[in-house]
Amino acid sequence: MTAITIDGVARSFGDVRAVDGVSLVIRDGEFFTLLGPSGCGKTTLLRMVAGFCELDRGRILFGERRVDTVAPHRRNTGMVFQNYAVFPNLDVGGNVAYGLKARKLARQEIASKVERALRLVRLDGFAGRWPHQLSGGQLQRVAIARAVAIEPDVLLLDEPLSNLDAKLRVEMRGEIRALQRTLGITVIYVTHDQEEALAISDRIAVMRAGRVEQVDAPRVIYDAPANGFVAGFVGATNLLRGVVVRRDGEVADVLVGATTLRARLPRQTSLDRVALSLRPEALRLIADGEAPPAGWRVLSGTLEDVEYLGAVTRFTVRLADGTPLSVMALTPPSGTGDVAVAYDPARVVVLEDKA
Amino acid sequence: MTAVFARHGFPIAIGAIAAAFLGLFFLYPVLSVFGASVLDSTGTTFTWRNYGVVLASPFFLQALGNSLVVAAAATALAILLGVPFAFCVARLAVAGKSALLALAALPLVLPSFVSAYALVLMFGRAGIVTGALRAAGLPFESIYGLKGIVVAYTLTLYPYVVLPTVAAFKSIDASVEEAAQNLGAGPWTTFRRVTLPLIRPGMVAAALFGFVISFGNLEMTLFLIGPGRTTLPIAILQYLEWRIDPVIAAVSLLQIVIIGAAMVATDRYVKLARVL
Repeated sequence: MTAITIDGVARSFGDVRAVDGVSLVIRDGEFFTLLGPSGCGKTTLLRMVAGFCELDRGRILFGERRVDTVAPHRRNTGMVFQNYAVFPNLDVGGNVAYGLKARKLARQEIASKVERALRLVRLDGFAGRWPHQLSGGQLQRVAIARAVAIEPDVLLLDEPLSNLDAKLRVEMRGEIRALQRTLGITVIYVTHDQEEALAISDRIAVMRAGRVEQVDAPRVIYDAPANGFVAGFVGATNLLRGVVVRRDGEVADVLVGATTLRARLPRQTSLDRVALSLRPEALRLIADGEAPPAGWRVLSGTLEDVEYLGAVTRFTVRLADGTPLSVMALTPPSGTGDVAVAYDPARVVVLEDKA
Repeated sequence: MTAVFARHGFPIAIGAIAAAFLGLFFLYPVLSVFGASVLDSTGTTFTWRNYGVVLASPFFLQALGNSLVVAAAATALAILLGVPFAFCVARLAVAGKSALLALAALPLVLPSFVSAYALVLMFGRAGIVTGALRAAGLPFESIYGLKGIVVAYTLTLYPYVVLPTVAAFKSIDASVEEAAQNLGAGPWTTFRRVTLPLIRPGMVAAALFGFVISFGNLEMTLFLIGPGRTTLPIAILQYLEWRIDPVIAAVSLLQIVIIGAAMVATDRYVKLARVL
């Protein structure tokens, strides 16, 4: 149980700046996720915390203890690898006992801690099994048990679910979250799966090209993304570039193509060129003669590309000026051709228009 | 029957060819040697006497002992030299890595008497290195004798150890070793407790190869053998110079049995079919 300070950390591989000046403070007992596309530096950053990647500059501290100069085997982190990295020549019990033996604990103590760790991941009775007899999900549990058995200061998980099938992934992420709550341990979790990150994290750092784009709670990341990249990477969105043509206090009209959209503009911003982020589920089809909710604005266009996905239906409304709007609705659209779609200006996120 | 053949014709054909090949060139010779070894010198009466002669002969027993010692020593030396080299080539940023590896594989290309001849040129009684060492005042006789044979075998076995061990090191998932370190094992413990067990099958296979190759080697030994102490293949050759009788068949069969036993014993620890 330790707070982690990552202070101005950087590492380049040749010309590539894998981690480019990252500073983060991870709180004691927090479930903290590094989220980003492949190559964004999230795994490199995690490996720096574990000690498998040296820093070009910066510091890493566990509490008050500086660890970036400490050898990996003395850092007391528990790491769970993407491919499990279970020792094939040891049985399940031997795998979980490995770190305890390295700490030269008494035989009795090792046995009881192994049993407890296996119970935590619901693998009681598996101590005598061999890795080649286990399924992917079971292997991942062994890897987790092995990492928590040593009672690490921090648990590091590197895309631990990416090799599992979709259903097991959802199940396991719930278990990992529950385990973290039980142990109250600080977790750094790396994933490229935004849904996983939203579901499991206390806070998320969204990374791109070695830099942190935004650090916030999942809801803030989703509802108030800091920029177009975060808006597009975390969940789907309609990102529309436009020019502010009229301002009235907080309310602004933005011209996108030939369409005028209304949005709330924060008071302090004096932006002229902006990007608007409008989530597909914030748009709603309006039937003929139906009045939109109060304060909502209506756009008209033609219906295209209806994709029925079971729980939801996704489709495109192409506005008169050709701008496509992606829409997600609980019920499939009944009509075809010309439709009206409404949005709440309060849910339009105004972002700086960066290339 | 025709239906069975139509469906399984290809595997049956391949199997038949393989069986014919192995039967003709492997099983038949072994069986005829065995047959000869259990007949008396007239070639008509069954007897185990030939084995008795061999097992009572100090000449053959000593040669057999020498062969075992030399093969085991050369194998051990090749492992001791080859495994650290393989580790460096597989894991560390060594300059000219591929050139080094090609050089290590060179003994595979050289006929073994060529390397033996080279050794004689360097370390023989009038060898270049021998001369230099003597000039420097160091006591160095020459390479002839069992010690020299061990050196020459080690050289020959080197690629048989290095190549599979490099492959074994490379096939280890690096994150397994990282996991060990993460759990508190230092670099040396990680190597001893995780890396080494994972390359053990490759190493055992290499050792077995080495043992078999050096145990049966004749041509290199011919170059380097000293007076008196000889190895089994040389002993067989010497014996054949005087006489041809069923005793030779018995000795040969003993050699086959020893190598076969070594393979079976190894197979108990490492499934050879999986690593070869």
